[in-house]
Amino acid sequence: MSSYRIQGTTGEWEVVIGLEVHAQVTSNSKLFSGAAASFGAEPNTQVSLVDAAMPGMLPVPNAECIRQAVRTGLAIDAQINRWSRFDRKNYFYADLPQGYQISQLYHPIVGEGHLDIDADEKAGILEDKRIGVERIHVEQDAGKLMHDQHPTRSYVDLNRSGVALMEIVSRPDMTSPAEAGAYLRKLRAILRYVGSCDGNMEEGSMRADVNVSVRRAGEELGTRTETKNVNSVRFVMQAIEHEANRQVDVLEAGGKIVQETRLFNPDTGTTRSMRSKEDAHDYRYFPDPDLLPLELTEAFVEDCRASLPELPDAKRARYIETLGISAYNAAVLTAEVETARWFEALLDQGAEAKQAANWVMSELFGALNRLGKSIEHSPVSPAQAAELLTLVTDGTLSGSLAKQVFEKMLETGDSAGTIVERDGLKQTSDTGAIEAVIADVLAKNPGQLEQYRSGKEALFGFFVGQTMKAMAGKANPAVVNELLKKALG
Amino acid sequence: MSVDHATVRKIASLARIAVTDDQVEAMVPELNNILGWIEQLGEVDTSAVQPMTAVIPNALRLRDDVVTDGDVRDAVLKNAPQAEQGFFTVPKVIE
Repeated sequence: MSSYRIQGTTGEWEVVIGLEVHAQVTSNSKLFSGAAASFGAEPNTQVSLVDAAMPGMLPVPNAECIRQAVRTGLAIDAQINRWSRFDRKNYFYADLPQGYQISQLYHPIVGEGHLDIDADEKAGILEDKRIGVERIHVEQDAGKLMHDQHPTRSYVDLNRSGVALMEIVSRPDMTSPAEAGAYLRKLRAILRYVGSCDGNMEEGSMRADVNVSVRRAGEELGTRTETKNVNSVRFVMQAIEHEANRQVDVLEAGGKIVQETRLFNPDTGTTRSMRSKEDAHDYRYFPDPDLLPLELTEAFVEDCRASLPELPDAKRARYIETLGISAYNAAVLTAEVETARWFEALLDQGAEAKQAANWVMSELFGALNRLGKSIEHSPVSPAQAAELLTLVTDGTLSGSLAKQVFEKMLETGDSAGTIVERDGLKQTSDTGAIEAVIADVLAKNPGQLEQYRSGKEALFGFFVGQTMKAMAGKANPAVVNELLKKALG
Repeated sequence: MSVDHATVRKIASLARIAVTDDQVEAMVPELNNILGWIEQLGEVDTSAVQPMTAVIPNALRLRDDVVTDGDVRDAVLKNAPQAEQGFFTVPKVIE
């Protein structure tokens, strides 16, 4: 149970949240037609006569969309239904040429599963928590309406019409905006690891319908509202916050919550009622007579299972237990599939795990942040990074020299070895040279030397600093320490 | 089970079919006749019979995930009452 409560004027309220996530299945073509499913094409160029609902056109399901839904179900430990069926959900809207959406109401392809969110004290999630997933079903997306192109007309683009979606329905197991955010982030990570959805919320590949109700501690569930089509983790959290507070205000003023559909306004962070007609939700579902039931063989399901990659939780546990990486670093390195992929490529090139983890977390992330680049577009490749780290391990470069070399790698794209040779950035362990510099440093700082010898040992660091500075950072710090100790007696 | 006038009007409206009062008047007994007949079928005990999904034993065929269609915008828009700049246009629908 999260510590999140709404403080009303009459007492504390708990919030109950369920999420229905629509995730676009990664596929080349649509769920029931051979038109392309990619994003951003010219309007109505990726529309077949099936998607435009021309009379006599028949849907034929895309095997890949079915496979990806099953793989997603397996990744959340869900029951895979060997027998499922498509139903028609009937309603009229300008973005739905068929007059019905082909969906799965009665017999979804994926049944009960779950995913785990991690404790995050700062966010008020006190312990790890399992969130139930009630079902995943496969359905068609609708087209897109544009209202700002013409004063009196709406423009309809059917490119999205018929693209495959997975609707992933959670149990109402979340009790704070932070838990809902953590659930969405975890779900997104799993989808991206599995490769069944690119998780790109800006392009609409993932959107959430947010169900919220409030109740006093220990009481029965309250009436819920559903806020439709919220398209970022932050907006979902805002929508919950606003909606829960609104409901508390209504209830405390003696009002009642109406079960209704609401819209989220990202500019104000508020929700408002969609004043649809009452019968808008009378969908009159019935089995689609154009489609036979979908039956999956054991072999198909086992192939799906065998094709799953190592998932985020398992990977993180392995990083901690087998590779000895800190819990925090392991969590960050496995949160995004691209980061984990890059990191593992670095290990494949022979880098030592803990050193590599620290370097990625501090140096690489720092540089990518500064450059505004994602890790897939890192200017330095895992192989180049591995070479740099090897030069640190074998003593050629000190930590600070490695930073300098890395900067130059980013600027020039040259390899670490080339830069070290060209710019003479090699660390020196030449005791004779270092001793000479130390003698010089001591001679130039007689005051500090006297203080040190009369007991102010903290000045040791000062001498190290002066020596390193005189050698332009190229002296091996371990050798400097050793020789200084000797010289200072 | 039977339907009344209000139900017939509602079904018609959900199906976007305009019906006159006379038509509703005629349709109520017609539909109730059909419903009565369906109810008669309910007298047969089918508890041990699987729902029939097809008349011949046949599995749902799936297709490979390749792009084989689309890029036929002119054909798609050909019968549209109104189209502009590659879009269908409809009377403004905004929530």
